[in-house]
Amino acid sequence: MKKLISSVTLLALSLTPFVAAQATPEDDLKALRAYFKKNMPNPDLSDYKNGIYAFNKDARAQWEEIEEFPPYEIDLDKGKELWEKKFKNGKSFADCFGSDLSKIRPKYPYHDEAKDTIVTLEGDINKCLTDNGEKPYKWKKGNIAALSAYIAKAAEGTKITTMPKTEKAIAWYNKGKNFFYAKRGQLNLSCADCHVYSASKWIRGDNLGPAVGHTTHFPVFRSKWGALGTLHRRYGGCNKNIRAKPFKAQSDEYKALEYFEAVMSNGLEINGPGARK
Amino acid sequence: MAKSTIKLRTKEKGGKIQVKALIKHPMETGLRKDKKTGKKIPAHHITKVVVEANGKPVLTADWSGSVSKNPFLSFSYAGSKDDTVKLTWTDNTGKSDSIEKKIGEK
Repeated sequence: MKKLISSVTLLALSLTPFVAAQATPEDDLKALRAYFKKNMPNPDLSDYKNGIYAFNKDARAQWEEIEEFPPYEIDLDKGKELWEKKFKNGKSFADCFGSDLSKIRPKYPYHDEAKDTIVTLEGDINKCLTDNGEKPYKWKKGNIAALSAYIAKAAEGTKITTMPKTEKAIAWYNKGKNFFYAKRGQLNLSCADCHVYSASKWIRGDNLGPAVGHTTHFPVFRSKWGALGTLHRRYGGCNKNIRAKPFKAQSDEYKALEYFEAVMSNGLEINGPGARK
Repeated sequence: MAKSTIKLRTKEKGGKIQVKALIKHPMETGLRKDKKTGKKIPAHHITKVVVEANGKPVLTADWSGSVSKNPFLSFSYAGSKDDTVKLTWTDNTGKSDSIEKKIGEK
């Protein structure tokens, strides 16, 4: 009898799902938002999409004036041109993405279960080009940023709904999460060191933006670049700033990071392209 | 009609006319080197901007290579909302472009 009970217990224990050591993405999201609410000057959640301009009133006034007639207007025109231009084979981007522009940006980034990879908007833009026999764009600036800006603008105000559901998707999410919280570079800093633990604080003459709301306004027109750039361009630049060797744009590392960051901005509105310092 | 290099916005604000313009121009200083050939990229920048209201100049600007690429210009002048504003730029290669709009016209 004893042997039967213990073997049944053993069987029962082996059947209960093994609880993963990592919290679920939903838990992480709650925890991060609670952290920001408690530790930082407290804007409305919906204002996080404006980064530091949610906290710094003086900078916000200047920024709002810039956004009234923004420098990326020229790029939006270019993006429209690229969207409408037909490929050599007669097709165009609408054949890959569908003709409803407002529905495109909110899809990305997403986890492709079959290929077990993260798909980004820039990734699909270049896939559309190569699928149709055209030369792909460079990943970080120029045409890809202009087209991405045009597509993002069309979805302005739509909420981000990225949330991993399958085990494989969660694995990619965790990859990004680990990257975000890991120390790197000669300065031995993690993304979190600046964008969570020091968010809203001063770094020389700038404020550090919070991780929540990080991805909503990309591609971004940075005054420093004097041009538009993609999210992965900024990731590389940020890594260089802490004297770490940057990863390549659209590498697995940055795609996982983008996926994680999009989840942390779940529920926030898309407001790309944006103007920043 | 060729696409204009100038985006012009005007509006009446506080009794004055506010003029904002975004101009598409490379504004090369002439000091940058081509990364591949090592040769200097020739200077190509706007040298003069004239803004007229009803044919009379309200702003003239002498620019050089120190003004950034795709320059943005913003200023106000004492005028009325029935004005017609015209902005003309000329660059060091002799090229120029201009645009004319009524106040508030898109």
